[in-house]
Amino acid sequence: MSGRFLALGIALVALATLPYWMTGIYYINVASQILFYAIFALGLNVLVGYAGLVSLGHAGLFGVTAYAVGYFLQLGFGHPFAILAALVISMVSMAIYAVLSLRSTGIGFIMITLVLGEILWGLAYRWISLTGGDNGLSLQTRPAPFGFSLSDVNTFYYATLIIFLLSIGAVAIFVRSPLGAALMGTRDQPRRMNALGYHVWAIRFYACLFSGLLTSVSAILFVYYTQFISPQTLSLTSSAEVLLMVISGGAGTLLGPIVGAGLVVIVKTVVSGFIERWNFLLGAIFVAIVILMPEGLVPGTARLWRLAWRKRERSAKSVPGSAEAKP
Amino acid sequence: MTALTVSGLCKSFGGLHVTTDVNLNVEPGERRLIIGPNGAGKTTLFNLITGELTPDAGTIKLFGQDITRVPSRRRPHLGMARTYQIITLFARDTIIHNVTLALMGLSPSRWNPLIDLKRQGHFVEHAQAALERVGLGHIANRPLSQTSYGERRRVEIAMALTQNPKVLLLDEPFAGLSIDERRDVKELLLAIPRDVTIVMIEHNMDVALEFAERITLLHFGEVIVEGNRAEVVANPRTREVYLGH
Repeated sequence: MSGRFLALGIALVALATLPYWMTGIYYINVASQILFYAIFALGLNVLVGYAGLVSLGHAGLFGVTAYAVGYFLQLGFGHPFAILAALVISMVSMAIYAVLSLRSTGIGFIMITLVLGEILWGLAYRWISLTGGDNGLSLQTRPAPFGFSLSDVNTFYYATLIIFLLSIGAVAIFVRSPLGAALMGTRDQPRRMNALGYHVWAIRFYACLFSGLLTSVSAILFVYYTQFISPQTLSLTSSAEVLLMVISGGAGTLLGPIVGAGLVVIVKTVVSGFIERWNFLLGAIFVAIVILMPEGLVPGTARLWRLAWRKRERSAKSVPGSAEAKP
Repeated sequence: MTALTVSGLCKSFGGLHVTTDVNLNVEPGERRLIIGPNGAGKTTLFNLITGELTPDAGTIKLFGQDITRVPSRRRPHLGMARTYQIITLFARDTIIHNVTLALMGLSPSRWNPLIDLKRQGHFVEHAQAALERVGLGHIANRPLSQTSYGERRRVEIAMALTQNPKVLLLDEPFAGLSIDERRDVKELLLAIPRDVTIVMIEHNMDVALEFAERITLLHFGEVIVEGNRAEVVANPRTREVYLGH
């Protein structure tokens, strides 16, 4: 237990001091990207990991938020209004998305979310008067909350870090709460949960809203980071990428999506600078994960760690015994 | 007032009539046994009573209140609990968490996303008490995946009992149990106080006959014989369709 707290403390200190020991603006930006993609993955994990509902259209929702921010800024509104309006629009979109897709579970849910994601992608592509079509929307400025301009790389990193910590805290509280336990119950035995007096649909609906909130928070950070949004962001590839972050890190765990986000972002941005066929490398890594640790990197490593620990303890115990037996 | 009244209940799946004009009147505190050959529609009747299936016709009343149109998830709140013939538990969790989920189902705090469930002392106490009652108190924190079939049957019963039901529906609580486990479960069921009305489906006649006061025999979805223990066993139709000669 104390070992876990120590590890968490070290991770926190490392994150908080990152701009001081990480050399180069480029890598601080990569860290920012990992953090806001981790929020996205945390949001998707609420559905995939804890609700057992695999969504393949989350990039669509992510895009709705990003476009909303870009659109309101283009109309001349200020940052606070654009952010708030984007959040409201995203939550309404998520509610509609949930009502439509929660008519089904399993494969049906995947297919409906896939279609909804594709519809949003199509809208972004074709509704040119609103989205600028293929050209996308550009954002001229980043906000400066409390006088800290987010145009500064380090400031942006710290803002992202704070929002990331708030997000992971929110998820941690949620999964320990009665509603979180109820959600996991609906994942494992929906019929029994219904017979025990739970409103299974409503529990899933709230999970969708929570997932949508985290998704749009990460989308706001994303759109301010890139200062650009195009239909590419809403594509099926983007949805699949986040899903891979969740699955490779470990669905249904708190740290899994974060590790997954780190893996995907590092391969996509850093390693791609050295290896042209980085897509192939990413694919190979996923195949390796699926074969060696199908439960994901975080639970898989924990399992190997326990195994190694037990082996060490056993050999430590058996050494004096075997020494006696030999002579 | 009767505890559970079923009148004119019908249900068909396509052309197959699984429940045909079933009438039941179960008095408060009664122990009712429902028997019948395989495919007689016993579990379907339970699914209709608990609302997991919607009847084509007929009404269901719980202590005089018409609940035919009440969604199945509301019925536990009105005092109805059930167990499943095929064990339906949360295999990833501990025994006590399974029972806690049952307790939480009737508590308004099930909607709370902010408090820590593990720190809700009253849930832990009540769940522990329910497990003591079925003789599983000593292994409350064991993962369900590491329990025996007989223990799981008792977890099922503990989950139903912890909801303090007025009407308890038991779907084959003795199925698949060893002789010793059967004795334990029988004692457990006999110890349930009389303010709980029990309707039970069971094939194991030795234990079931000892337990039940009134028996309903279903055959092809219809009530063929109903009466007290002696009447039903003596009835020639019981011998014909169920007990054999």
